[in-house]
Amino acid sequence: MKRIYVNEQWCLACHLCEYYCAYANSGLLDMVQALKDKPLHPRIQVEQKGTVSFAVNCRHCSEPLCLKSCIAGAISQKDGLIVIDQDKCVGCYSCIMACPYGALMPSESGVMQKCELCATNSHGLPVCVQGCPNQAIVYEER
Amino acid sequence: MQYVIIGNSITSVGCIESIRKYDSQGSITVIGEENHPIYARPLISYLLQGKTDEQKMTYRDAGFYEKHSVRLLIGRKVEKIDADSQLLTLDDGSIMQYDKLLIATGSLPFIPPMKNLEEVEKKHTFLSLSDAKELEAELHPTSRVLIIGAGLIGLKCAEGILERVQSVTVVDLAGRILSSILDEEGSLRVQAHLQQAGIRFHLEDSVREFCGQEALLSSGKVVSFDILVMAVGVKPNIQLAKDAGLAVNKGILIDHTCRTSDAHIWAGGDCSEGWELLSGERRNLALLPNAYMQGESAGYSMTGNEQRFENAIAMNAIGFFGLHIITAGMYEGEDLLFTTESGYKRLFIKDNHLVGCILIGDQVSRGGIYTDLIRSRTDLRTLDFAMISEQPALMAFAQKVRSEQLGRAQ
Repeated sequence: MKRIYVNEQWCLACHLCEYYCAYANSGLLDMVQALKDKPLHPRIQVEQKGTVSFAVNCRHCSEPLCLKSCIAGAISQKDGLIVIDQDKCVGCYSCIMACPYGALMPSESGVMQKCELCATNSHGLPVCVQGCPNQAIVYEER
Repeated sequence: MQYVIIGNSITSVGCIESIRKYDSQGSITVIGEENHPIYARPLISYLLQGKTDEQKMTYRDAGFYEKHSVRLLIGRKVEKIDADSQLLTLDDGSIMQYDKLLIATGSLPFIPPMKNLEEVEKKHTFLSLSDAKELEAELHPTSRVLIIGAGLIGLKCAEGILERVQSVTVVDLAGRILSSILDEEGSLRVQAHLQQAGIRFHLEDSVREFCGQEALLSSGKVVSFDILVMAVGVKPNIQLAKDAGLAVNKGILIDHTCRTSDAHIWAGGDCSEGWELLSGERRNLALLPNAYMQGESAGYSMTGNEQRFENAIAMNAIGFFGLHIITAGMYEGEDLLFTTESGYKRLFIKDNHLVGCILIGDQVSRGGIYTDLIRSRTDLRTLDFAMISEQPALMAFAQKVRSEQLGRAQ
């Protein structure tokens, strides 16, 4: 399965991936309308210290601890893709307790959100990867 | 091959899902005492709170049993396990044969003796969907509810019903709330938050006697109530296993593959007692992730594909009125404390390993990074511990480790 992988040495810490992610999952067609003057809730997050930076998002683990720990059964695995049903999620934080990467976070409404590789929004392909200006995140089979 | 599973909750799902990864042919029968298909048991308080409904709290999709070719018998009880002949006797007298059996009978409410308890008219436990619905049927805006037990179950119940009743009062023998998962400071912080929300507490106290609609406490205080909820604790449901001659302690004793003392019988979840990573001892860890992973490990073993479950630890995520808590591991060794106005974090370090953490409020973000350090027994000298103790981040790992974490094929 194709996943998002990180090339840390190419990351510019520009945070564009976060903007593209927030836009892609906003449901809006216009990026400015989606982002301007709004709090951002990206599902990918850049860690940064000194000259080192890299983006972190869901690894789509083959043994997903979030799924196994979810008390609501809201997280499922479909052909390798780990998705969360936000209607079922009650925001208990069990997935946050379990994820070794810190890749889940509360959404604006308080229930959890995670990267679903843009497979569950209108874009179909990871928009963060398309928006990365330096190929610091790539979408490929490994 | 005939797989039979007693119990129809989280452990069973873990077991079914792992069996079907390797064996699409064998028959799987699930016998569940409750008259519902699988549901997400810990969501019963959210149901009362209106944060979920019965449709959403199904744990797995409606087609789950069919998709996994499972024969489901609900509202049926196993009366006896005959381990020598590998036969079960059901409550209707029928006999069922098994080749491999999983016992996932969960836990039962523990109710300490209280004088005149039998005379209390409206009393409930709070473990099952039926419990929740029965309690809900009696709730009224004028109800005064008394909850015995300030643990996870009692307090989630309190949160779930607070807005629907006149008052909620919680009594606990312990001097502080959530004493099984929090330290003193953590307990005080969460208690203050719950009190602010409107819950009343009588701690280090117990019911001496019920007298009509009044509870006389050991301290001499009197609490008037309309509805009583008993949430002191749970005990592993091991009677069947015990009668069958399996090795039991507090729970059914299991090895790292969740096999019991009988070669054809496995057990997992709240009824079991398996090896805990940090203590190196067998513990009854009645926690949902543990239940799923034990069921999963049992399923692999039942199909002859061993996948040992070796890193079981205590871990909890729970929240009340917007204040979230994550705890993991054990609270021993040196500790590091970080407090903010709206958060609290305590890390426990022993022999260069993180062994426990308590995270409250604004400290819960990315808490799984700590849980993983505990479960993976990571030597803290291999990372920037000063950095990671301040904030959980992958930045604290060596570059080589990180590129593996973020670049490895799954």
